[in-house]
Amino acid sequence: MSQLVGYTVDSRVRWTEYLPWLLAVLVYFLLPDYLSLGSRVLTYILFALSLDLIIGYAGIITLGHASFFGLGAYITGILAAKLGVTDPLIQLLASGLGAGLLGLVTGAVILKMKGLTQLMLTLAISALCLEVANKATFITGGADGLSGMEIAPILGLFKFDLFGKTAYLYCLFLLFLTWVVIRRLIYSPFGVSLMGIRENAARMHAIGAPVYQKLMVVYTLSALIAGLSGALLAQTNQFVGLNVLGFEPSGELLVMLILGGVGRLYGAFVGPVVFLLAQDYLAKQFPEYWYFGIGLLLVLVVLFARGGVLGILDKFTASSKARQSGAQSS
Amino acid sequence: MTYALETRGLSKSFGALTVADRIDFQLDVGARHALIGPNGAGKTTFVNLLTGRLAPSEGLVFLGGEEVSNLSQSERVKKGLGRTFQINTLFSKMSVLDNVALGVSERLGLSSGLWKTAKSYANVTEEAMSLLELLGIESDAHHIVKDLPYGKQRLVEIAIALGLKPKVLLLDEPAAGVPSMESQRILSALDLLPKDIAIMIIEHDMDLVFKFAQKITVLVQGAVLCEGSPQEIAKDTRVHQVYLGEQRA
Repeated sequence: MSQLVGYTVDSRVRWTEYLPWLLAVLVYFLLPDYLSLGSRVLTYILFALSLDLIIGYAGIITLGHASFFGLGAYITGILAAKLGVTDPLIQLLASGLGAGLLGLVTGAVILKMKGLTQLMLTLAISALCLEVANKATFITGGADGLSGMEIAPILGLFKFDLFGKTAYLYCLFLLFLTWVVIRRLIYSPFGVSLMGIRENAARMHAIGAPVYQKLMVVYTLSALIAGLSGALLAQTNQFVGLNVLGFEPSGELLVMLILGGVGRLYGAFVGPVVFLLAQDYLAKQFPEYWYFGIGLLLVLVVLFARGGVLGILDKFTASSKARQSGAQSS
Repeated sequence: MTYALETRGLSKSFGALTVADRIDFQLDVGARHALIGPNGAGKTTFVNLLTGRLAPSEGLVFLGGEEVSNLSQSERVKKGLGRTFQINTLFSKMSVLDNVALGVSERLGLSSGLWKTAKSYANVTEEAMSLLELLGIESDAHHIVKDLPYGKQRLVEIAIALGLKPKVLLLDEPAAGVPSMESQRILSALDLLPKDIAIMIIEHDMDLVFKFAQKITVLVQGAVLCEGSPQEIAKDTRVHQVYLGEQRA
């Protein structure tokens, strides 16, 4: 399922690409008790997709992606709890645009840098956002968080219910729309040129590509999507706390992506599922040591499966194909 | 007279170290020009100054009579200045065809397209394929670049630069690291390039230089030592002393 990008790559949807959606629909019907966890997983898949776009496809290294996620969550939270804007779609739009604007402004500085300097800048911006949210208690609730959020029915028709059915379908629909957009982008000439930048930025300059502008576009888009996922989290939890900002959620997201497979599109689907299910299970079994299990999982992936879970599947598929062709030729 | 490429007093210093010293250089339209000099003479630095990869300390660069000194690297490419690199600078995990298609697509202004798929731009792949055919590497079009032998990778470098349809092409040691059998192939490929492109080649392989160039400039310690036809350069005693002595004595 590894994502090959290029001018001769067939962009038609392969049968394996239907599997995540089929699975998501099956979860809705077969596991109604797990829809809250399902919404959380879908939200983090959206968040991970936004990170994969910049790390996996454009090669921008960041440890501060939660800034956009957190801002998106807080915009929705503030609109719902403080300003009386209860329409979820308006909240969603405002969160996306706000996070996109932050991406545009911070990207203008960050993307001028490279390597460790770039990484440290993303971390610094993330820390700044966390501190602003912590100190601006009058609007963010500070350490107590934002509660008392009022979310109106979607389009005036679909009320967020106790069982999380509406929230699940709402998250799934938004994820699907975003997947369509990102998939088109990856297979477009712009997507190929992003891969070119990731592979060799010096050469991209030498073929006349406006590298900085392209990176600005993708960074802003990624921030916007992260903001949307933050808004989803706020709407489905009806609470926003400081834990949506800072290094920890950014680091966790990166771990999810590494577990799934970076730069593979569907790694962003697999990683959050593995991470959140492992977290859910381990936190119940070993409440004090669940992070140890996640850490161990990450160590194993980094040591033995650099391409994440999808990398393992790719190797398995390649070796079985090689065996088949060997059997046919002999 | 309007030159394809011209520099006036082009200089570059890193602190006390001067790596380009008031270089006045002219490249005629359709020229086949070689820039030679011993290691550390500042040849690659000069190319980097021409392309905008390095900012000069002083001096001006003109492309087709238009001053481009303040333009970025990518803006100079758009105005017709192409280059290859001394060390392969390719998209090593992409296919040969995609390497060339990236340049073609950039030149045609299609690379910002967000909605149509890359595959739907058949004109891009057709043009990229025709360049690979010109250089005789069309059978490798779908191979991943890093899997190719080094000599073929050098040809991919040239194909990418040609995809930009440059008016001026700067080839930085196209035969560097290539076995002599394959450097002949590179020379043959250079012979096939359109005659209206002005080409400046930097090369240590003197056989290739003397076969290719109509005019040679010798650079020593960042300054032009002399300039002339291959015969004139071959006879110049100063050149023998600083550079050619070892090879042609």
